Amino acid sequence: MTVTIYVPRDSGALALGAEKVAARIAGEIKTRGLDAKIVRNGSRGLYWLEPMVEVETPAGRTAYGPVAAKDVPSLFDADFLSGGRHGLSLGDPEKIPYLARQTRLTFARVGVIDPVALADYKAHGGLAGLEKALKMTPADIVRQVTDSGLRGRGGAGFPTGVKWKTVLGTPGEVKYVVCNADEGDSGTFSDRMVMEGDPFVLIEGMTIAAIAVGARKGYIYLRSEYPHAEKVLNEALAVARKAGVLGGSVLGSKHAFDIEVRMGAGAYVCGEETALLDSLEGKRGQVRAKPPLPAQKGLFGKPTVMNNVISLASVPIVLDKGAAYYKDFGLGRSRGTIPIQIAGNVKYPGLFEAAFGLTLGEIVDGIGGGTKSGRPVRAVQVGGPLGAYFPRELFDTPFDYEAFAAKDGLIGHAGVVVFDDTVDMLKQARFAMEFCAIESCGKCTPCRVGAVRGVEVADRIAGGVEPEKQVALLEDLCNTMKFGSLCALGGFTPYPVMSALRHFPEDFRPHPLREAAE
Amino acid sequence: MTMERNDTEIATRTLAVVETWRDAEGPLLPILNGVQKEFGYVPDEALQVIAKALNLSRADVYGVFSFYHDYRDRPAGRHVLKVCRAESCQAMGGDEMADRLREALGVDWHGTSRDGAVTLEPVYCLGLCACSPSAMLDGEVVGRLDEERIGEIAAEVRA
Repeated sequence: MTVTIYVPRDSGALALGAEKVAARIAGEIKTRGLDAKIVRNGSRGLYWLEPMVEVETPAGRTAYGPVAAKDVPSLFDADFLSGGRHGLSLGDPEKIPYLARQTRLTFARVGVIDPVALADYKAHGGLAGLEKALKMTPADIVRQVTDSGLRGRGGAGFPTGVKWKTVLGTPGEVKYVVCNADEGDSGTFSDRMVMEGDPFVLIEGMTIAAIAVGARKGYIYLRSEYPHAEKVLNEALAVARKAGVLGGSVLGSKHAFDIEVRMGAGAYVCGEETALLDSLEGKRGQVRAKPPLPAQKGLFGKPTVMNNVISLASVPIVLDKGAAYYKDFGLGRSRGTIPIQIAGNVKYPGLFEAAFGLTLGEIVDGIGGGTKSGRPVRAVQVGGPLGAYFPRELFDTPFDYEAFAAKDGLIGHAGVVVFDDTVDMLKQARFAMEFCAIESCGKCTPCRVGAVRGVEVADRIAGGVEPEKQVALLEDLCNTMKFGSLCALGGFTPYPVMSALRHFPEDFRPHPLREAAE
Repeated sequence: MTMERNDTEIATRTLAVVETWRDAEGPLLPILNGVQKEFGYVPDEALQVIAKALNLSRADVYGVFSFYHDYRDRPAGRHVLKVCRAESCQAMGGDEMADRLREALGVDWHGTSRDGAVTLEPVYCLGLCACSPSAMLDGEVVGRLDEERIGEIAAEVRA
């Protein structure tokens, strides 16, 4: 019987040498004349173990990692095709505590299946949500999504069902479903992992959205920094069209729907929904004033469902298992699961999908294992470049939209970036302003000019020029940006700046004073 | 005369890209992406051709071209190295690694080395935050940048 070997094609695994590992395994299979095949799966998200190779044995899957190309011959010598022991043996991957402790709803298949094999997808519960949706009325589909409590996982946390309801209720011959795959926040990679590891779940989610609101065309706006995701998505779309999941008759129904991948061109602000729409229309990616909402006047002025990858990828399980099942996870107004991405200076970086409610301390210390450098954790930035820096004193904050907002932070797209005690928080505050200046679309003054002035003020603080006045100026500037900016880029840049200032004021004192304090 | 032939060639190749997207909705970005792929940059001549073909003003097309960080107005080096400068990579010593790279390659941000071997571009997140610091060399991803990997990158671009 042909043995199946899994070697991830996930970008993270590729960045750590998975391609060479796969080539070496293929070479050994050939020279040793063995009956084995390689499947390029997604990543399980245990990145300190990547490239993680898995073998399908009669006793189940067994994993090895991190595998370097030079380890491959010894794996064959140890008969890893039958699950043989080796120095890199990890045993049953599902039993690795990091994975065993997770609640994988949206990521159930990521790292498990062949991302572009539809049969594999269906064998693992795929398309069940879409099949159910096809038997429901649009209003019932929307109600299920609303009742599930699913909120936008892109960062804003707006209820997904409410958006859909608006699009459903807005009359129009032409409507669109647009997937925001412009995952630009540093410390986040869950969208990329889904697109590379289980693209059909996104296709299924978008198709359900289309049926619910009456759209016939969908776009995935993908950032240009993700060329591997583009490849997997296009392969999966071709398979879905051939199998009749997409096209003139979705799974034999009266609904027509197709999806096209559109690549961005390196502009962070295009992750903002209205800037994204302008970019898709072939314009400068500038933010639009709201209202009108994209749900009413979106792409080319037509009613448009606009959701993040994870939001859409969470829809199939809601339809399959029901709103109550999904809503049962989580707490307060944060229902369901959230794929937390643990990154930066951390021992066990990776993806951890769990119900809302873990504390920041549990995530950083318990799951992430503290810093990789072995030094104390000093600051944790949650929610990307526009998210606040949290000190250890706030590690009891539960991962929940409202709890983070109450601490003047945000969970955003759920990226957690850990810094050790060598971090200079004035430098981080300056970077937040610099980043905003580089990426500002230029439409509103608080963001366009404020960010540039913010960099200058930070430089004057660092230079010891009237530091107290400058700090007051910085606070005033942040206030103007927060309340005067058109979108979250200018409006949220104050989060990292003000949190750095509030929680780490010692870093904003001039150098001689800082040294005296130490 | 060489100039003229060159211009004609740019126009022909640009029009071929425009043609593939003729029936698409909002075709300007895919066209600019395609033109950059075709030439390695977006020639000024191409902007005029695109404007005419799409019935847009040249200012409109230039405005879009100049908005996006990806587009270049001149050819890059033989290799393009994008190095992440965002927070997760900063937390893992990315700034130091970037400094070493600039030194090893003899090139600054947005610059091309004098031998034309490599163009260095900053990028703000490659989604490889679980293996920071990260980079992308000619579209291929590189994680956990360290002295050894920097040496390999320097050797590869000089080869």
